[in-house]
Amino acid sequence: MRLDKLPFSTPATVVSVRWNDLTPSEAKRLRNLGLDEGVRVEALHGGLIGRDPLAIRIGRMMVAIRRSCAQTISVDTAA
Amino acid sequence: MTSIPMIAVVGNPNAGKSALFNKLTGAHQKVGNYPGVTVERKSGRLSLPDGRPAELVDLPGAYSLEASSPDEEVTRDVVIGRQQGERQPDAVLLVIDATNLDNHLRFALQVIALGLPTVVALNMVDLAARDGLTIDSGILARELGVPVIETVAVRRRGLDELREALGAAVGRPRQAQSHSMEDVVAAQRRARAIAGRAIVAETAKRRWSGRLDAVALHPVFGLFIFVAIMFIMFQAVFAWAKPPADFIGARFGDVETLVVATLPPGLLRSLLVDGVIKGVGAVIVFLPQILILFFFILLLESTGYMVRAAFLMDRLMASAGLSGHAFIPLLSSVACAVPGIMATRTIEDPKHRLTTILVAPLMTCSARIPVYGLIIAALIPARNIGYGIGLQGLVMFGLYVIGIVGALGAALVLRHTVTRGANQGFMMEMPKYQAPHLRDIVLGLWQRALIFLKRAGTIILVSTVILWALLSFPQAKPGENQLDVSVAGRLASGLEVIMRPVGFNHEISLALIPAMAAREVAVSALATAYSIQDEDEGRTTEALGNQLRGRWSLPTALAFLAWFVFAPQCLSTIAVTRRETNGWKWPAFMVGYLFILAYLAAGATFWLATLLGF
Repeated sequence: MRLDKLPFSTPATVVSVRWNDLTPSEAKRLRNLGLDEGVRVEALHGGLIGRDPLAIRIGRMMVAIRRSCAQTISVDTAA
Repeated sequence: MTSIPMIAVVGNPNAGKSALFNKLTGAHQKVGNYPGVTVERKSGRLSLPDGRPAELVDLPGAYSLEASSPDEEVTRDVVIGRQQGERQPDAVLLVIDATNLDNHLRFALQVIALGLPTVVALNMVDLAARDGLTIDSGILARELGVPVIETVAVRRRGLDELREALGAAVGRPRQAQSHSMEDVVAAQRRARAIAGRAIVAETAKRRWSGRLDAVALHPVFGLFIFVAIMFIMFQAVFAWAKPPADFIGARFGDVETLVVATLPPGLLRSLLVDGVIKGVGAVIVFLPQILILFFFILLLESTGYMVRAAFLMDRLMASAGLSGHAFIPLLSSVACAVPGIMATRTIEDPKHRLTTILVAPLMTCSARIPVYGLIIAALIPARNIGYGIGLQGLVMFGLYVIGIVGALGAALVLRHTVTRGANQGFMMEMPKYQAPHLRDIVLGLWQRALIFLKRAGTIILVSTVILWALLSFPQAKPGENQLDVSVAGRLASGLEVIMRPVGFNHEISLALIPAMAAREVAVSALATAYSIQDEDEGRTTEALGNQLRGRWSLPTALAFLAWFVFAPQCLSTIAVTRRETNGWKWPAFMVGYLFILAYLAAGATFWLATLLGF
């Protein structure tokens, strides 16, 4: 499932990230904020129009990202 | 100086680094700049347990040694000993947020790998306990290979132990640098593994920060709350400031009465009364309003609401080709465009940053408060239009809204023309809410008050006295009007030819010239001009507001307000823009487009108001 489709308050694990679809600086910042394969994430809040931007929890930290960025992140709710 | 050891304080943003720095150094702080970059260098004196002094330097917060902003570059360059104008630290104090171990340990591992003697402050352990986390700092120290001290900076917990550990670290030799942690991904994975081992128990607890966000970041209620906070802020600027402003005004009145009573009429009395007391006094009465505004901004920043507001505003900013990142510099510009423009350094994309710099002067800064306040108090009736909302406060709010709409509109046009480029994303950490620390806010307000009074004592005093001289010489012969024969009057007559079509009179043209230095000088210039004119005509000088009520038409007053929404009349803003954009090209562009906008806006306002019969 893509992170932008993940229902709110449903913990999930990052399966893969299409790093190449992000600009190099975006990818670097996302890594610096702790996003990585295997990390626990959860969608917490979304903006008024089309849930954009999204507030997600990465590990223990809340981070705001745009929806377009969340689309590159695949998550799995099973683990 | 050079012989005392230097300790660098580093850590992720929001680790509580600055609070710890403040508690360790007390009031003995020095704020400067690194050469060549506009990053602040904050240093202070710390006494080690054996009595030796050490210099503590608070470095900008960083997520990683792979820097992605000028601030992070300075932090990296200092710790690797490559920063110009700074020696390599003798020891490093690494501050880590105990509630966010996985993330903060990554940067910590990178710094420790450099081999400098390091002490870790495991900060905010009280909040970690409240979140249900039990952390074994002994395991952490073993895994990291450096001493770990549990601290609660805001409650001074662990400070003595920290001093002890720093004293021991300072003498230790440097170890060889290890290159194993240079890759962010490797550092991150190791950080997660260590955090997993150090956190010995975790009980799930509902966090109040999250519950607050369920409302504050709600797509509908969140926006309501945001608008309400902004509205309360601007009503407060007007309502709360009145008693202290009246008090300050009355004291200047007392001094004036005293001077008039003691000195004989003549040039000296005119200089003191018309130049110094009237001119500077007219600006200083706005100190309470400016402090109330800064109080709200400091409060929003220190509680963590500011980044929530950036989140809520991202969509709106995106429609102007910007992002939520631009919100914080723009809201800071409501206090002053200079710190606002400096705050754009956190925006990574160069074109995005340039656009924000170019539109920041459109946000209504506190220097406009004296100008707006004067005109509104003089010409807008103090009526209550219901629900406790005053008409004057509403007009003030309207001027702020025009500034915001103007800034976003200008950004949109710029992003499609001179600063065209791909839209960069929006990505930022939203730290937990924090109770504001009254002491830090009071300290911040005190610094702002000093800056404002210093301006009043320098730029404003000097330009008012020069204007007084230009207005007083040559002296008018009987039958002549002093204002018309003076040097300033003649200059203004030249400018008036251009300004007359937008409804500006002779005195306004006159006030605009010295107000090039700073907007609030327009107020003191008007005060001085009318005061000299009164004396010339043998009338007792009246309060400036009453003067305007008698002499200005409403269309002229409204055009004057519209002019100051846009006009870039502030040398400090132009100077900081030159510094931040490395040249004269962009400040020149900014001044040009803003003056054109100001002229068009004043003209449109004047003619529309005249047509509507105001």
